[in-house]
Amino acid sequence: MMELDPALLARIQFATNITFHILFPSITIALGWVLLFFKMRFNATKNEKWMEAYFFWTKIFALCFAMGVVSGITMSFQFGTNWPGFMETVGNIAGPLLAYEILTAFFLEATFLGIMLFGFSRVPAWMHNAATFLVAFGTTVSAFWILALNSWMQTPAGFEMRDGVAHATDWFQIVFNPSFPYRLTHMLLASGVTASFLVAGLSAYRWLRHDRTPAVMAALKTGVLTAAILIPLQIFTGDLHGLNTLQHQPQKVAAMEGLWETKNGAPLVLFALPNKETRQNDLAIEIPKLASLILTHEWDGELKGINAFENNHPPVAQVFWAFRVMVGTGLLMLAVSWSAVFFLWKRKDLVKPLAYAMVPMAFSGWVATVSGWYVTEIGRQPWLVTGVLKTADAISDTPAPIIGISLSMYLTVYAVLMTAFITTLFYMARKAGQVKKDPLTPASGQAVVEALD
Amino acid sequence: MDIFSNGDWLPLSFAALMGLSMLIYAVLDGYDLGVGILMKRATNDEKDRMIGSIGPFWDANETWLVLGAGLLLVAFPKAHSIILSNLYLPVAIMLIGLMLRGVAFDFRAKAKTGHKNAWNNTFFAGSLITAVAQGYMLGAYILGFDKSIAAIAFSLMVGGCVAAGYCLIGACWLIMKTEGALQHKAIGWARVSLWGTMLAIALISISTPLVSERIFDKWFSFPNIVLLAPIPLVTATLVIALEVLLRQLPKPDDRWCWVPFVSTIGIFVLCFHGLAYSFYPYIVPDQLKITEAASAPESLMIILMGALVVLPVLISYTFLAYKIFHGKAKDLSYD
Ligand code: HDD
Ligand code: HEM
Ligand code: HEM
Repeated sequence: MMELDPALLARIQFATNITFHILFPSITIALGWVLLFFKMRFNATKNEKWMEAYFFWTKIFALCFAMGVVSGITMSFQFGTNWPGFMETVGNIAGPLLAYEILTAFFLEATFLGIMLFGFSRVPAWMHNAATFLVAFGTTVSAFWILALNSWMQTPAGFEMRDGVAHATDWFQIVFNPSFPYRLTHMLLASGVTASFLVAGLSAYRWLRHDRTPAVMAALKTGVLTAAILIPLQIFTGDLHGLNTLQHQPQKVAAMEGLWETKNGAPLVLFALPNKETRQNDLAIEIPKLASLILTHEWDGELKGINAFENNHPPVAQVFWAFRVMVGTGLLMLAVSWSAVFFLWKRKDLVKPLAYAMVPMAFSGWVATVSGWYVTEIGRQPWLVTGVLKTADAISDTPAPIIGISLSMYLTVYAVLMTAFITTLFYMARKAGQVKKDPLTPASGQAVVEALD
Repeated sequence: MDIFSNGDWLPLSFAALMGLSMLIYAVLDGYDLGVGILMKRATNDEKDRMIGSIGPFWDANETWLVLGAGLLLVAFPKAHSIILSNLYLPVAIMLIGLMLRGVAFDFRAKAKTGHKNAWNNTFFAGSLITAVAQGYMLGAYILGFDKSIAAIAFSLMVGGCVAAGYCLIGACWLIMKTEGALQHKAIGWARVSLWGTMLAIALISISTPLVSERIFDKWFSFPNIVLLAPIPLVTATLVIALEVLLRQLPKPDDRWCWVPFVSTIGIFVLCFHGLAYSFYPYIVPDQLKITEAASAPESLMIILMGALVVLPVLISYTFLAYKIFHGKAKDLSYD
């Protein structure tokens, strides 16, 4: 039998778990704000459609939140079980950041979630608004702390090494380390884009089933418009993020661009099969000099290639491809959201082919977000904390077969949950369309709920 | 006492904080895991009602586990890696259990009606797996991670005991939060699980000193034995009082429906106290002391300051949530 490498298994397990986790926060972070928006629109206009949209999306939010919480609890054990070297070396820095996330974010969102979901008829309206706000706020604070930690792992600052252990010297520099502002902005926007495509896509699905009530159209327009506004911003901040990475982790950019040799006037590689044996790109399709122009703003600017980082660079093919998937998805999202805005504006309605395209695009945010994270995380290799700790040195001594068992359990459960999640989403969308809606003007949310259930 | 002069107070306060969150976790998630296990014995309508009683709380309850494990991780990284690598599989199994029940909670109401039963069963199974896995870990911890067959059998037994304890507190929660036929059932469940819990306490109390000589000396030397005596005595009194009370419930006007829940919390606190006393000053039994395992003081200080500011706020909005949802449970709806 083939010898299994425990380090490899541990990495696969960690990657599996965090990939599964990020899917749900990337929806909930922004969906919380979308819900608050629906609620505020209702408060301002007293138009019942906003409340109907609110209740439908609250149910989906609750489902995503539950998936996020359970996979998040798994995450909080992963550092200890899989990477003991991580906490032993940089625990003095990672510890407080994680602790602050738990204390300031997790309890806040978990507690007020209960009030937001089940307290509608038990608390005054202002308190329900406040609870909705605090849940959205809590998820965003969560993202703040965890991204501070991840960015510190990418571009560490504000610490000194004593006897092989990192000690904090300046907390401001630790939190606001060089890549943090970019990563936070890009991630929050990614969440906005992910949630708005989900809202738009699922509404388009209902539209296709001739479920075109005002509430569905309101959610559809909100989703499409938000996506159309955020996507260009996302592409713009992505570009800034890349420039920042060039400054601090040039080897990552070399891998992203598939640039094996340092060059003046480096081409932009559209397609290629990076070959690590020959250290060349096979079947490359390139646009001359464009990469240099984008990254250095000069046609003949110098870009460092992989050869400049002997034994200190990430695997090229994975980073190269993940990057192309993210950017490609981003461009596709731009095309789809802008055409949808165009039709909604000119024709006041969707057209069928576009609606059909929007349904699978409901999950395009997931594709772009996960591939973006693969660029970031694989691009950091061989380091776990750049320049401080190598991934290989943080490994636990849990034997491979044991990790194999836990990994296969996780994979099975995730496969089941993912299937259940997606089928349930569409089932809920269909069911919401079948409910008879009596025309009524409710005095309270209570009446709205009864009309809905 | 030179605790303050030599800086040991910082790790010790973290150990206390961590212990406290584990205790709060055992009480809070204890009742909702217990409700999950008891669901197996309820009718479909009762199931909805039972879920309704824990709906607004379970998420925040589980967050105490994240805090407890998180404090172990951030304040005692060395202990965290010893404990978690020894408990690698039970932890993974517990996480799977938590995952299944957390999502089943939502899916059972949202998935196709035909699938509801399957999700109810998942909810039950997930709760049971979680409870047994946690008890197993407690057993393994008491034995200092001995890997013999006998140790595994012992840990499994503790797993069953912890499940019984959770059923007890879950049943008492239901006595408080429900009425009518379901409340009657819950009283019956409480009486059965009280026996299981008693057995559990006896088992752990007898075996712990037998396993560890250090604990044996700590318990049975003078004057400790006198000072410690109140713990088992008060526990026994509470158990008997609870049994007597359960026979008389429900009272007219539902008076005293909350007393079993509160007494059970008392039992949990006392047991926890006994355990904590036995293991102190070790964080990994007989291997690693609390003070040897701690992170750098600067980092602990930062966390402590944050915790002191945040904890009061956190506790007050937790109270707010319990106040909002006080009284008998209704079926869950998003209204
Ligand atoms: C909806 C999701 C989404 C979309 C459409 C894009 N990105 Fe992105 N990208 C992410 C979601 C994301 C992400 C998942 O959120 C990452 C991972 C880490 C981070 O902060 O953001 C990311 C990372 C990331 C990085 C890695 C930086 C590093 O780790 O050092 C770069 C250079 C870009 N992005 C650039 C772009 C460009 C030029 C885009 C143009 C289309 C783009 N992204 C679209
Ligand atoms: C949420 C989106 C994220 C995704 C999809 C993701 C993905 C990945 C992947 C694919 C790896 C494996 C890389 C490799 O071994 O080649 C990895 C490693 C790792 N990531 Fe992330 N990551 C994410 C965020 C984070 C965050 C926020 C943190 C920390 C706060 C983090 C910490 C780690 C650690 C400790 C490792 C293991 C060591 C290593 O392999 O480098 N990740 N991640
Ligand atoms: C970029 C990476 C990450 C982001 C943006 C993120 C964000 C979030 C958010 C918004 C939530 C709230 C629940 C939800 O909406 O689904 C959450 C839950 C959680 N996350 Fe993450 N997370 C990330 C990575 C991690 C990592 C690396 C860990 C492990 C240390 C972790 C641990 C948790 C835990 C324990 C919960 C449950 C909290 C609760 O009980 O409410 N997350 N995360």
